[in-house]
Amino acid sequence: MNVARHAEGRHSVPAELRSTLFEADPAECHLDFAAIQRTPEFRALRRKQRNFVFPMSLLFMLWFMAYVLLSAYARQFMAIKVLGLINVGIVMGLAQFLTTVVIMALYCSYADKTLGAAVEDVHLRAGTES
Amino acid sequence: MTAQLVAGTTLAATGMDTKPMFSLALFIGFVAITLYVVRRVSGGNSTTSNYYTAGGGFTGAQNGIALSGDFLSAASFLGIAGGIAVHGYDGFVYSVGWVVAWLVGLLLIAEMLRNTGRFTMGDVVAYRLRQRPVRIAAATSTLMISFLYLLAQVAGAGGLVSLLLNISSRLGQSIAIAVVGIVMIVYVLVGGMKGTTWVQIIKATLLLLCMVLITVYLLGAFDFNFSTILAKASTGSPMGSAILDPGALYGANELDFVSLALALVLGICSLPHVLMRFYTVPNSREVRRSFRWAIWAMVVFYFCTLIVGYGATALVGADTIVHAPGGENSAAPLLAYAIGGPMLLGLVSAVAFATILAVVAGLTLTASVSFAHDIYASIIKRGQAEAGREIQVARLTALIMGVLAILGGILVNGRNVAFLVALALALAASANLSALLYSLFWKRYNTAGALASIYGGLGSCVLLIALSPVVSGAKDSIVKSVDFHVFPLSNPGIVSIPFSFLCGWAATLISGRAEDPAKQAEMEVRSLTAIEAD
Repeated sequence: MNVARHAEGRHSVPAELRSTLFEADPAECHLDFAAIQRTPEFRALRRKQRNFVFPMSLLFMLWFMAYVLLSAYARQFMAIKVLGLINVGIVMGLAQFLTTVVIMALYCSYADKTLGAAVEDVHLRAGTES
Repeated sequence: MTAQLVAGTTLAATGMDTKPMFSLALFIGFVAITLYVVRRVSGGNSTTSNYYTAGGGFTGAQNGIALSGDFLSAASFLGIAGGIAVHGYDGFVYSVGWVVAWLVGLLLIAEMLRNTGRFTMGDVVAYRLRQRPVRIAAATSTLMISFLYLLAQVAGAGGLVSLLLNISSRLGQSIAIAVVGIVMIVYVLVGGMKGTTWVQIIKATLLLLCMVLITVYLLGAFDFNFSTILAKASTGSPMGSAILDPGALYGANELDFVSLALALVLGICSLPHVLMRFYTVPNSREVRRSFRWAIWAMVVFYFCTLIVGYGATALVGADTIVHAPGGENSAAPLLAYAIGGPMLLGLVSAVAFATILAVVAGLTLTASVSFAHDIYASIIKRGQAEAGREIQVARLTALIMGVLAILGGILVNGRNVAFLVALALALAASANLSALLYSLFWKRYNTAGALASIYGGLGSCVLLIALSPVVSGAKDSIVKSVDFHVFPLSNPGIVSIPFSFLCGWAATLISGRAEDPAKQAEMEVRSLTAIEAD
């Protein structure tokens, strides 16, 4: 549909390729999702998303479980006083708050910028509105 | 000054001069204002999209505050503050789980769920699988989890009344439970998602303000030195300085603690009423914005809870808290009384009630939408349901759920229902999380796999709880006469969560059935790009 609009752009899609992205009846604008799924743009988007969220999830889960396991099984270590009566456990717990905020901020900016641009590429390729 | 504060608490502990009428008036004021707001905003509830998810019309900030409100149930507000006041450090570890859990929702679930589904978890899990069996499974899990959570909240209302309004008779508490239930039903019937979200926003704002004010006051009273509060807390606890160290609550059963933490961090964002909130915003960017607001709100809230909890031990004393009506749950209200007299106690009590109301309304809405959308419209009417009729079914379900919750709440009032929250979280982490993650990320996942992970998770959780010390064999078990416990942990998560993932994986491979690849492509593309998602 938006061929004209994107014809000048860097991401313009040749008409012959565009037809492969739609099923038989272009009037209904029924998207061929399987064709979009095969485009390099979409594969790049999927790779970028997974390469971020999987390792990051593993990281915060390991960090959280380390904190819980230490609290459960290394009680003497967690009870060591660091600052006045504040012990390692409380410091690590507050550090969990901090890392949660940091990971959130990292993900939000990654999603806004990198993933947002990748989604835009897919939309241009498929001729859909974002 | 501190000495005077401590002297004041004995008055509260004897139940004198707590001005229950003042809390009651504040609570009635809250109900009146929220009912007015609900009435005002609920103009366009004639389509399913408006009634179920407010037409996706909330901003990220509004939805984020409402999300944090969903998490801040009475259990986490009064329960965690009390947990820290009585058990110290171990109560704090629990609160850390409530914060970290948000990352599971943000990174792995929320945006993709919003982009593919419309109203329920069933929309997403059944997207590329066989509709009927998968939707029935998803709705079963949603209804079960919501009802258990609802029951725990409503039953908690009874205990709260005895504590806050000095009503100790069973009849009085039953009336209070019924009032909470009826107001909740009105919110849901009149307001739909828009109304309940606004109730949640108003309540979460009040709750946060309340906690921040108390915290600032406490810090001021102790010269802004947290260590001084800890020192005073050690003298206020019968455990002495051991209250600052790990082990007070879970020292005897470490593995149980790990199991609980696992269920918390994986279960919270898989709770159906939380999942449904991801649908109330217009796009992925607003989903992320919701999380930004919600995570900040939670970090501030639980930081305050840490101060308030230890502050309660310092100023009220752990013994006084344990022996007050309501036990651990009375820590925050007693502290409020100690520092602000009956007025602040009244305010905290009213906010606690508001919390119960707002959370149960959200739960009831979720359960009713799941039934009307997944069972009635998709299965009974095979997708041909008329919108007006579907909303009627949703309202009727909400009414039935509400009445059941009132009756159930009255029945279990006075019993120890804390395990219901833990069970609901374990169920969500076991049944919902595996089904959601597999359907969003694993191409080969099929109908047999989905059924196995949902029913496997639900079944293993319920079975393990039935065979655990929660039900029999311990001194606070439900069944006291016989001991048939064979499973040593009271939290099944550490077994049931991996088990449900295993079930989903094994059943997918064994059945070997390939689902429609076109649907898989459609779902995957939409989940990441939001193409054609409304």
